[in-house]
Amino acid sequence: MNGLTWNIMLALIWVAMTGNFTGSGLAIGFLLGYLLLGVTLRDVPRFSGYIRKVPRVIRFLFFFIKELVRSNFRVAYDVLTPTDYMRPGVIAVPLEAHTDGEITLLANLISLTPGTLSLDVSTDRRVLYVHMMYLDDPEAAREEIKYFEKRVLELLR
Amino acid sequence: MMTEWIAAGLLLTGALFMLLAGLGALRMPDLLMRMHATTKAGALGSGLIMIAVAVHFGETGVTARALAATLFIMLTSPVAAHVLARAGYFTGVPMWSKIVRDELKGKYDEDTHTLAAPQRYRNKPPADDGKAPDDGAG
Repeated sequence: MNGLTWNIMLALIWVAMTGNFTGSGLAIGFLLGYLLLGVTLRDVPRFSGYIRKVPRVIRFLFFFIKELVRSNFRVAYDVLTPTDYMRPGVIAVPLEAHTDGEITLLANLISLTPGTLSLDVSTDRRVLYVHMMYLDDPEAAREEIKYFEKRVLELLR
Repeated sequence: MMTEWIAAGLLLTGALFMLLAGLGALRMPDLLMRMHATTKAGALGSGLIMIAVAVHFGETGVTARALAATLFIMLTSPVAAHVLARAGYFTGVPMWSKIVRDELKGKYDEDTHTLAAPQRYRNKPPADDGKAPDDGAG
């Protein structure tokens, strides 16, 4: 069993012991379980990966929500102002992600962040085609998406 | 009282983003740019409305369903955008005249519906662990 399973089990035990069968009770149990695992098992290699990953996932969630809100203000601005200065373009981005799950998650997250929309993955899964609203420098845009991909893959692997 | 105001604010903001998505679908110059507006603003707008519903009812069951609905909208709206864009390429929907660069043009095979990678990335050796499948199930 990996860290996540253990953490969920500890949360369920907490819910059963306190008799508080609500979402907030489960959340408190999860937090306490995580602290317990983090303090007692941080040196066990099987758990250390999970213990390090949870704060990263939470940080990424906040980063993603921030990007989503930012992208919406950008779209709002674009919709409400004249469109003449836009420079749309489609670029190919080489992929590090291999599995279906990784590629799907990455493509979805790219679609929901500012100025980018993933169009399709090549049949050999080497590149992702991305449509950009403001394409000033194709190489810089590729770098930016590669950085985003690195952050996503860090969470999954 | 307080929750009413919060729920009302969230509902109005969500509705505003939905309105912007609709306006974007009307105003943007070509298919792909319309997808930009509807994908992002639609996802955030419906997400905000769902959070407003959760705040208004304040029950675990409703909150869980609202979160699930938000999650699935965020998972599915980019997929819808991808399928529409793909269909647009196959049927030859014209692009905006001011498009800067289109690396996807001509990469689709009209008969087999496969998509080729650009030449510069095609001969790259499989990255990392070398388990990149060549016969992708997709």
